[in-house]
Amino acid sequence: MLWLIPALPFISALMLISGWRVFTRAAVSIIGCGSIGVSALLTIVLGIQFMQSGQTSAVQHLWEWMQAGNFSAGADLRLDALSLCFAFVITFVGFLIHIYSTGYMAEDADYGRFFACMNLFVGAMLVLVLADNLLLLYFGWEGVGLCSYLLIGFWYKDPANGYAARKAFVVTRVGDTAMAIALFMLFQFTGSLQIQSILDKAPGLWAAGNATVVWIAFLLLGGAVGKSAQLPLQTWLPDAMAGPTPVSALIHAATMVTAGVYLIARMHTLFELAPAAQTGVAIVGAVTLLLAGCSALVQRDIKRVLAYSTISQIGYMFLALGVGAWSAAIFHFVTHAFFKALLFMGAGAVIVAMHHEQDMMKMGGLRKQLPAVYWVFLTGAASLAAIPFITSGFYSKDQIVWLAWSSAQGHTLYWVCAVTGAFLTAMYTFRMVFLTFFGAARNHQHPHTPGPSMMIPLYVLAVLSTVAGFIELPHTLGHVTLFSDFLRPMLPAVQLLQESAALEWASQLLAAGLTFLGIYIAWLWVIRQPEGMKRFAQMPFMQWLRVFWMKGWAFDDVYNALFVQPYVQTARMNRRDMIDRIYTALAAITQWFHDILARTQNGILRYYVMGVVIGAVVILSVLIWKVYV
Amino acid sequence: MILLYIILIPVIGALLSWLVSARSVTLCRWIALASLLLDLVIVTGIWLDQGDGGKGWLYNWQAPWIPQFGITLHLAMDGLSLVMLVLTFFLGALSVLVSWNEIRWRAGFFHFNLLFVITGIAGVFLTMDLFLFYFFWEVMLIPMYFLIGIWGHERREYAAYKFFIFTQAGGLLMLLAILGLYFVHAANTGVYTFNYFDLLHTPMARSLSQWLMLGFLIAFVVKLPAVPFHTWLPDAHTEAPTAGSVILAGLLLKTGAYGILRFVLPLFPAAAQDFAPWAMLLGVAGILYGGQLAYAQPDFKRLVAYTSVSHMGFVLLGAFAFNEVAYQGVVMQMITHGISTGALFMLAGVLYERIHTRELSRMGGLWPVLPAMGTVTMIFVMASLGLPGLGNFIAEFLILVGSWQANRPLTVLAAIGLVIATIYSLRIMQKVFFGQTERQFGLPDLNTREWVMLAPLVLVIIWLGVYPKPVLKMLNTARGTLNAARGTLHVAEAPDNTKRMQPSAFSVEPNQ
Repeated sequence: MLWLIPALPFISALMLISGWRVFTRAAVSIIGCGSIGVSALLTIVLGIQFMQSGQTSAVQHLWEWMQAGNFSAGADLRLDALSLCFAFVITFVGFLIHIYSTGYMAEDADYGRFFACMNLFVGAMLVLVLADNLLLLYFGWEGVGLCSYLLIGFWYKDPANGYAARKAFVVTRVGDTAMAIALFMLFQFTGSLQIQSILDKAPGLWAAGNATVVWIAFLLLGGAVGKSAQLPLQTWLPDAMAGPTPVSALIHAATMVTAGVYLIARMHTLFELAPAAQTGVAIVGAVTLLLAGCSALVQRDIKRVLAYSTISQIGYMFLALGVGAWSAAIFHFVTHAFFKALLFMGAGAVIVAMHHEQDMMKMGGLRKQLPAVYWVFLTGAASLAAIPFITSGFYSKDQIVWLAWSSAQGHTLYWVCAVTGAFLTAMYTFRMVFLTFFGAARNHQHPHTPGPSMMIPLYVLAVLSTVAGFIELPHTLGHVTLFSDFLRPMLPAVQLLQESAALEWASQLLAAGLTFLGIYIAWLWVIRQPEGMKRFAQMPFMQWLRVFWMKGWAFDDVYNALFVQPYVQTARMNRRDMIDRIYTALAAITQWFHDILARTQNGILRYYVMGVVIGAVVILSVLIWKVYV
Repeated sequence: MILLYIILIPVIGALLSWLVSARSVTLCRWIALASLLLDLVIVTGIWLDQGDGGKGWLYNWQAPWIPQFGITLHLAMDGLSLVMLVLTFFLGALSVLVSWNEIRWRAGFFHFNLLFVITGIAGVFLTMDLFLFYFFWEVMLIPMYFLIGIWGHERREYAAYKFFIFTQAGGLLMLLAILGLYFVHAANTGVYTFNYFDLLHTPMARSLSQWLMLGFLIAFVVKLPAVPFHTWLPDAHTEAPTAGSVILAGLLLKTGAYGILRFVLPLFPAAAQDFAPWAMLLGVAGILYGGQLAYAQPDFKRLVAYTSVSHMGFVLLGAFAFNEVAYQGVVMQMITHGISTGALFMLAGVLYERIHTRELSRMGGLWPVLPAMGTVTMIFVMASLGLPGLGNFIAEFLILVGSWQANRPLTVLAAIGLVIATIYSLRIMQKVFFGQTERQFGLPDLNTREWVMLAPLVLVIIWLGVYPKPVLKMLNTARGTLNAARGTLHVAEAPDNTKRMQPSAFSVEPNQ
């Protein structure tokens, strides 16, 4: 049965690709959403069975994929707590996003192609998380990359979209290549790519801090930062917003970009053996969450705010992974999937309502006009900003903030980054809310009200964004550990260095205080004192900083100068292949000799006589020279 | 005898189709197609017959030709030959289909040449006599020269000359090396023979074996082609008619790879081992250099031609990695590259028939007009960049896994080739199908004939990516025959947990 979960999306994608002429829109919707819905149901049923059975994992062997020499890899699927958790989010949130898409994309000419790509994506993503060996995982990993490429460039008529799509593919491929090298190394040393066997063998093969395992872990991290848009490969994600909004919700917020988190959590034993790499994960996460948070603060495009916010929130997950708080990272992944999908789809509803306007500076006052969208968006924003007690984002983020300091691998600096990030998050989130929904309407067109197919998924996600937090509550507030207990067979518990309820309270209160401070500043900035803010922003340094952050810390410019331009320019210069010049020159020299010699054959007798005489004189002179000297 | 029939069928087909072309061109096309399909059925039948295929040599046939000089008509087939023959007749039949509308001028002579090239290729894959091998090597060359020179595009004569001179120069070096080997063997044993099996394990001085090895190797890397001998390829591929490009990319290049696997490594194991780092370096240079040139090309066919340089670099890298995993990857690469690049050339041809240009800058925005063609192109573009689930990934991954054991820095550089492949491959989609149209084309999408030739390629490339086991298994039989040849070889520093290549227990003599 397990195989059906990824197979259904694949089959439906195949049907949609091959039958694109035949199907009506209704048929496309039924096939597209139906298959994901059935997959989601199957996941839930299998998940319940699995939890009741008390097994820690179940493997289904499908067929032997490849076998060459001593290398082999099977198409095997594995169900355990971690993959179940991801599969649930993928199919369930995926299903909601599909339903939403039937409304969002209703007018699009390429309706069938859209669902074909979306279903292909869900299938590949499910293979990624259900794979029993790293090669099959890599299959899913590249497969989602392909779908991401296809969907970012979905509106292919604009070359800018095509550029964004190719950028996403190429940048993530850089990470994928690092990951591929990690696979070569893992195979070389463990003789297998089967995940469980690697994790079992690793502690026996390598002592902690062994150079090999550190290399492997860093290379895996390279793959993870590419897919999850973390430093230094984060540059593709903001541009990826060129795709349709449901794509941003599904691929670039809820599921694909968290594949890196999945990979690190899945291979956590290797990272435990490689403390340097694990510290690397934490530092990447901490720095990324700050940089992206700052960039989110100054964007004008509502989707770009959410894109930077996604980068920043995944930074939190990386930070959690880096300090060994494995289940906290996964918990944040789950809540983030809910509230970020909600926010993206809410933003999509706003964008549709505003006749495809994405610039927040041209929105405003939508609270009155789109009350339903406003409320669900506010729920998501509250969760993202981590408003205490009533939002899931609070519980998941709070756990990371606390563990960043208190876990065995924690550090005060991580905690400072996390808390600062919380402040930034609240500020940019509510800046977005205020700009979009409050104040005076800056655009006087009458907004469309989204239909039920778009609103129902939003309601469901709004509920989940609120209640999903209650499955895991901190020590200080009830101490529920349902979620981490569920993951315990796969992911070890975090090792705490300090355990102090007082300090935990202090940390929580500080974070909560900073959240409210952030909201207050956003309120001052947008609603209360926009003029004062404008004057502040007019200062030369602030203006420079705004542009700098707007461009995402100018990473694109640096990469462009360092990699893109040199490559493109040398390619352009060498278009005609300099090696060919050697052969052309050879041919030219031959031709030249030919011309010279041909010139001597001119048919004029006296030249020939002259030639004979000169030849005779030379030969005689040489002979005489030889004999007499 | 069946091996002889395999070679004779296209010869007869060639003569017949030339003869009937005066009366009916359509009949001539059908004869050409039928003879190749018949061969395809025969070799596929042999494959299906093998089941598990544990044997080393499947068929062996021998007849004296010029006994005074030790020259025999010696044909033999192992798993490697069989797989390559299936590919040969598969792509051969498709190349007849692809020329159905394109070639109207002197179609009889065209098919005569086409079938003769295929005969030569089949002969190269089957013969176990070095003199006969050289004979077939030349048989491939001359009809190909005509195919490019007569039915090619604008600069066809230049391209045909260039192709001829490059391959011929390489071939002459090989002839010298063959003769050198022949006389060295005779000097040592007193027996004058061109028989492959007798010449294996000819004892000779290290320096001499290095020279002879280079003679063979240069002929093969020119054909492959490896940087810096690749410059004939873009011209030949670009100027050739579609069928010619398909045969060149799909099959002719593979004879170079086949030669390395069949002759260079088994005949001169020690010398090849000495040369391995340099050969691998050439391979990596090809991957990176070819990839960058592909990116820069303004011409669709030229772009695809340079991707061949890049992909064949993987073959050279893997062949000189001296281990089993890489070797299987190399053969997979030969097959999958034949299919994916062949398909891309066909698509370029199909497109050319519609818009009469190969200039990428004059294309764009074709997706809404040609969605089916766009989808098929997307599949092969993805194959070309090594997307898992398509055959090329299996090949390149196995090669890299294998070469990692042999040489890590070079493998890392080769892996960067995956990024470069992404860059040039996506450029194809963008330039041809996405973006805005300059002018509105009212073009027909794929017709039935085009579906008939492209659909099998799509199915095969997916099949090879998802379930490559039958092919890999068939290659295991060839492992016996090639390993036996390399049995005395000591393997490069292999890490602890990898199984070293075992000297095989297979006897070198084929079962008669």
